[in-house]
Amino acid sequence: MDKDGMMNRLAEDVVTLSGAEMVIRALKDQGVAHIFGYPGGAVLPIYDALFAVEGLTHVLCRHEQGAVHAAEGYARSTGKPGVVLVTSGPGATNAVTGLTDALMDSIPLVVLTGQVATHLIGNDAFQECDTVGITRPCTKHNWLVKDVNDLSRVLHEAFQIATTGRPGPVVVDIPKDIQFKKGAYVGPESVSHRTYRPKTEPELGSIVRAIELMAAAERPVFYTGGGIINAGPEASRLLRELVRTTGFPITSTLMGLGAYPASDPQWLGMLGMHGTYEANLAMHDCDVMICLGARFDDRVTGKIDAFSPNSKKIHLDIDAAQINKNVRVDVPIVADAAKALKEMLHFWKTQRRKVNAPALKDWWKQIEEWRGKKSLSYRQSNSVIKPQYAIDRLYELTRDREVFITTEVGQHQMWAAQRFKFEGPNHWMTSGGLGTMGYGLPASIGVQVAHPDALVIDIAGEASVQMTMQEMSTAMQYGLPVKIFILNNQYMGMVRQWQQLLHGGRYSHSYSEALPDFVKMAEAFGCVGLRAEKPGELDDKIREMIDVKRPVLFDCRVDPKENCYPMIYSGAAHNEMVLSDAGDETPEVTEEGKMLV
Amino acid sequence: MNTIADKRTRRHTIAVLVDNEAGVLARVVGLFSGRGYNIESLTVAEVDATAHTSRITVVTSGTPDVIEQIEAQLRRLVPVHRVVNWTTDKPGVEREMALVKVAGQGDKRVEAMRISQVFRARVVDTTHTSFVFEITGGPDKVDNFIDLMRPLGLVDVSRTGVAAISRGPEAM
Ligand SMILES: Cc1ncc(C[n+]2csc(CCOP(=O)(O)OP(=O)(O)O)c2C)c(N)n1
Ligand SMILES: [Mg+2]
Repeated sequence: MDKDGMMNRLAEDVVTLSGAEMVIRALKDQGVAHIFGYPGGAVLPIYDALFAVEGLTHVLCRHEQGAVHAAEGYARSTGKPGVVLVTSGPGATNAVTGLTDALMDSIPLVVLTGQVATHLIGNDAFQECDTVGITRPCTKHNWLVKDVNDLSRVLHEAFQIATTGRPGPVVVDIPKDIQFKKGAYVGPESVSHRTYRPKTEPELGSIVRAIELMAAAERPVFYTGGGIINAGPEASRLLRELVRTTGFPITSTLMGLGAYPASDPQWLGMLGMHGTYEANLAMHDCDVMICLGARFDDRVTGKIDAFSPNSKKIHLDIDAAQINKNVRVDVPIVADAAKALKEMLHFWKTQRRKVNAPALKDWWKQIEEWRGKKSLSYRQSNSVIKPQYAIDRLYELTRDREVFITTEVGQHQMWAAQRFKFEGPNHWMTSGGLGTMGYGLPASIGVQVAHPDALVIDIAGEASVQMTMQEMSTAMQYGLPVKIFILNNQYMGMVRQWQQLLHGGRYSHSYSEALPDFVKMAEAFGCVGLRAEKPGELDDKIREMIDVKRPVLFDCRVDPKENCYPMIYSGAAHNEMVLSDAGDETPEVTEEGKMLV
Repeated sequence: MNTIADKRTRRHTIAVLVDNEAGVLARVVGLFSGRGYNIESLTVAEVDATAHTSRITVVTSGTPDVIEQIEAQLRRLVPVHRVVNWTTDKPGVEREMALVKVAGQGDKRVEAMRISQVFRARVVDTTHTSFVFEITGGPDKVDNFIDLMRPLGLVDVSRTGVAAISRGPEAM
């Protein structure tokens, strides 16, 4: 800064910067260390400002969707916001899948898009699109900045809105002329939003009512979700304390895995469409349900009017709109999960609450009976690799180190969720709400950027992984040793399974025809390619994968026809689970159920 | 579900006080279309130029569960200051204005004029063969008036949508 500039700053505490410089300055002031992006005409001034910058690493992805998923992986494994920079038009539209994914799963992202110059907006200019219009329904909030003097305030608001309350993605659309113009920069501390006030403090009355219900419960169950993970590690710690203090059983959604350790005896496994028998039956038969940071999604509830018919329900969520949305609840608590859990524990202790021990003992007896069904068991084979076996081995051979798992979408995702045992939060990254094939590979890159020394594995399907495969190149460029572990069943397995169950076994376009040779493909990228075809060679190959300090594509050839069980068919209730397709008691999917996704 | 849900659909008038920023109306309208809620009428205007606030009044219909969701979803929008349901939260006064054009001659013309007087509608344009009436009132009154004009040569209607405000001394 020149002398005059310095005097100015002292005099008015105002810094004059170009819009592009403001972007960099704001990112630094927000503590951002990494951004994921892809350049283009409408963001060149920002890329220019990035050129010589220190302390801010730009990771060049190979597709804007990849950049957004990478930022999601980064955010979910660190608790910090993920930051993305893309150009106007196709750059912005390519980001839409990632934005929607992050909105559905409540992932904090700040996505900066370039836009054509303000005087061209509305003219169908080259690479113009209505970015704020297109992204309005798939962001928590978005802005088009038309005055450079608004830019720094908007950027700081963007971080605030993305990361507080129920987190989510935001977009700031910055026209090219605004990036060149000079204006006044303000720091994060001077920004306070006019309307945005997320409610985080619980009402103590509802906490007390919740405690009363819990103390009187005969057949209680904790049902927890991604909200616990989003509320930070302290929420997971408090959850553990509350669950252990009460001795109640606990299950969780796909999004909530890791908040409670899977090795603990009170853990029932995941619930929902592919959840365990004991988790779903406990949900169905419970008399008090304590839902913490979950949202009664259709994948979890099954048939909604048969959902847990005899329970009183406590529902903690930071988003008031989730309360009574799908299921009416008895005790709503709108608050930050950590704050609410802290109060619950406090009142439980100071009011000297005791559980109904004899009833709880009977309840556990019942649960053990359900557990005895061993609903995750499968028929092992000596000749082909069963996908379940592959996950089990992957877990066993990596459990002694810090491992982060991402997934694609399909059967492999469900098997990973069912079988991989997560002991802590922020180590499991999967596309839950949107179910985005192609999420896992770029997400693993984002995780590895944040945790360079950890073991990061994308448990993938051969179909999904082809959607964002080009990001292997990103992994190579930045020396990110991600492991892409493909459960290659040569089918869009989840589609094939539904076609078998719902469409008379007519496997319309679900065979993965003309697959690439994944080993050669790995080599073409400069990565390591490995293949396992027989159960006997699996362990050695997995060890080899772990030991290589480079990106690996692992082509694990598994049984092509294996189905994912247990399963609650669409339109069925929790107590109508199907445990396998071996038995002859396989029920029909109802006509109503066929309408559901 | 725990309680027997009330499945009766009812009309509700909801006021939304928003920051008057670009795109805010699109957010509100997009919320209704995106989540499949119904908009029967919509009125928007800036109400405080210095505070940059606009007031959006939406008339919608739904079961109590749906209305509860609509209010919660509206409150979630970042530029929203307040949401008030004049049908359930506080008693409000509602008014709507309509311009109603009726064309005809003879008895029908006389009858249109007579009914307009009963409804205290004003004539704001006249030709030998037509009237334009200006009528103000609650939406039901406006509906009734339009229905009565139908057989008398109704040709065109323009309605403002509902403006609503609470009774008593307090603001929204
Ligand atoms: C982008 C996208 N397109 C389509 C789908 C629908 N879909 C869900 S699972 C699936 C098949 C996935 O196949 P694969 O990756 O091989 O996994 P598998 O089920 O075989 O383990 C498809 C097509 C989706 N979830 N995402
Ligand atoms: Mg497959």
